[in-house]
Amino acid sequence: MLSVSIGKAKGQRLDKEGAKSARTRTLWGDALQRLKKNKLAVISFVWVVLMILLALTADLWVVRVLGDPSYVSTEVTATMSRMPPTLAHPFGTDELGRDILARVVYGAQVSLRVGVLATLIATTIGMILGSLAAYFGRLFDAIIMRLTDIFMAVPYTLFAIALLAVLGPSERNIYIAIGCLGWTSVCRVVRSSILQVKENDYVAAARALGAGNLRIILRHILPNSMASVVVYATMSIGSAIMTEAALSYLGLGIQPPTASWGLMISAGQSFLSVSPWLVICPGIAILGTVLAFTLMGDGLRDALDVKVTD
Amino acid sequence: MLQYIIRRILQFIPVFLGVTIILFTLRAVIPGDPVRMIAGERAIPETTYQMIVQNNHLDQPIYTQYVYYLSDLLHGDLGHSYQKNRSVLDIFAEKLPYSASLALCAILVEIIIGLLVGIISAIKKYSFIDLLLTLSTSILVSMPVFWLGMLLQTFFGVWLKGWTGGALSLPVSGAGGPISAYPPILHYILPAVTLASVSLAFTARIMRSQLLEVMNQDYIRTAFAKGLSKRAVIVKHALKNAMIPVITFIGIDFGTMLSSAILTESVFSWPGIGREIFLAIGQRDWPIVMGGVVLIVIIVMIINLIIDISYALFDPRIRYGKKKAE
Repeated sequence: MLSVSIGKAKGQRLDKEGAKSARTRTLWGDALQRLKKNKLAVISFVWVVLMILLALTADLWVVRVLGDPSYVSTEVTATMSRMPPTLAHPFGTDELGRDILARVVYGAQVSLRVGVLATLIATTIGMILGSLAAYFGRLFDAIIMRLTDIFMAVPYTLFAIALLAVLGPSERNIYIAIGCLGWTSVCRVVRSSILQVKENDYVAAARALGAGNLRIILRHILPNSMASVVVYATMSIGSAIMTEAALSYLGLGIQPPTASWGLMISAGQSFLSVSPWLVICPGIAILGTVLAFTLMGDGLRDALDVKVTD
Repeated sequence: MLQYIIRRILQFIPVFLGVTIILFTLRAVIPGDPVRMIAGERAIPETTYQMIVQNNHLDQPIYTQYVYYLSDLLHGDLGHSYQKNRSVLDIFAEKLPYSASLALCAILVEIIIGLLVGIISAIKKYSFIDLLLTLSTSILVSMPVFWLGMLLQTFFGVWLKGWTGGALSLPVSGAGGPISAYPPILHYILPAVTLASVSLAFTARIMRSQLLEVMNQDYIRTAFAKGLSKRAVIVKHALKNAMIPVITFIGIDFGTMLSSAILTESVFSWPGIGREIFLAIGQRDWPIVMGGVVLIVIIVMIINLIIDISYALFDPRIRYGKKKAE
């Protein structure tokens, strides 16, 4: 896939014909250009990259600079408990004397991991079922579509709670819950875009050339529905992070002493009126990260020109 | 019309069965001996053990158990609490009015603020106000509701009280009652705003996009061409048509509110279904958790069915057209 830049033509007014012939960039290259102009999307992207870097490098500096985020001793608790923000502890310390910034950084590890992996699982399931439903049609389609009806009829959060109550609280079970519940939208998107693409001549041409079902799906059909999937997946990462926070807050997600943003808020709740920073810092981390993924999704949607309904 | 209603109810049945099968399976895979779950930790004689097995049909094949489960559900039997020695339905019957009244208040907040924000940003599209409002809705959606609830508690319950020397503040927990220092209606304000937050942001977005879409229609141009003022065009012609999807969304939202109430109710110690489920999670009282989930799921499904049908009553296009796009 060759990309040709029209950077040189910048400033010159191209008439419609000219613009068309100059545009031989790929869909994704084109989208990137538009995305760069969206300030909110760029800021969001920077925030997400920053969070990822913090989370990935956490082991290198957090313990040395801020202290161990899960170390608990009666001595530390007695002397360091709930200290307001200072230079040594920029976000203050929590009820057990642990540095809140350190815990927010380690919480980012958990949140991003859950957000990305859970979305990956849900999206993969959705793509597989969606392509199967659209490609084979008939009975297969009917069964899978009724299945999405069933899963969509159940309120998401509530079902996640029921599932984790049964499976027991753990990070692995959060993946299972989100994977089981989050696939329906992607499944429908993939199915409908395949139904549109399927009738195109180039698919018939590929078949005439002797391509098998799998090859046609993977090489000719799925790439054409990738744009909508990418937009959905980006937005889903945000909602998966939110779900993890809510489940951990309810005591059904990540378990102490592991640092998780939802868990930090739940632990800080009892000290809300005296030491609000216990709750405010992890909350801002959730807000910022979820917002960043949502705005990035919005930006991608506009850039890729995908129709996504709320 | 009757044909539509029948078709819609027929579609409802497989979904209902599917959902109950999933919930039944969940209940069945709870780790541990189900008899132990019912009897508790104390030692029981063999005869009692056998009696529990028989009474709960645990000796029957799994599909027979499902039929019993379904029949229990249809008879309103949601199970029995381990800790409270009461039937789950009894417990929730007491709590439902609190949850329902809170959800109604939240819907009110959602309608008033959501529609207003949506209409303003559509009229002032691409202006600074529009950008600000749209960004605010994104922020509201990205905020964990339990966190928003705590911020509101701190601000209105603690700080405002401090600044005004105790003259101004809002109650931060409970639903009011004889021992509360506030009139009952004030107890609704913070929980209702918190519960409505996400939905009102979505309402505002839908309202905005619908209004913008309708404003591009030919009949709006005709109305302008007749010489009507912008205000008259929006109020008389555009709003009416833009409202239809918004109203559906708000209707379906009542169900969402019941299910997302778990977080809001536990932050504000609101004595509703959600908080009961939250407390039961802590006490590992699974019949209450599963019973609550089943109850809300069924209520949500029935509400959605009613909305779909009543929607078709008002808008004939739904009846004759294909299924509505989702």
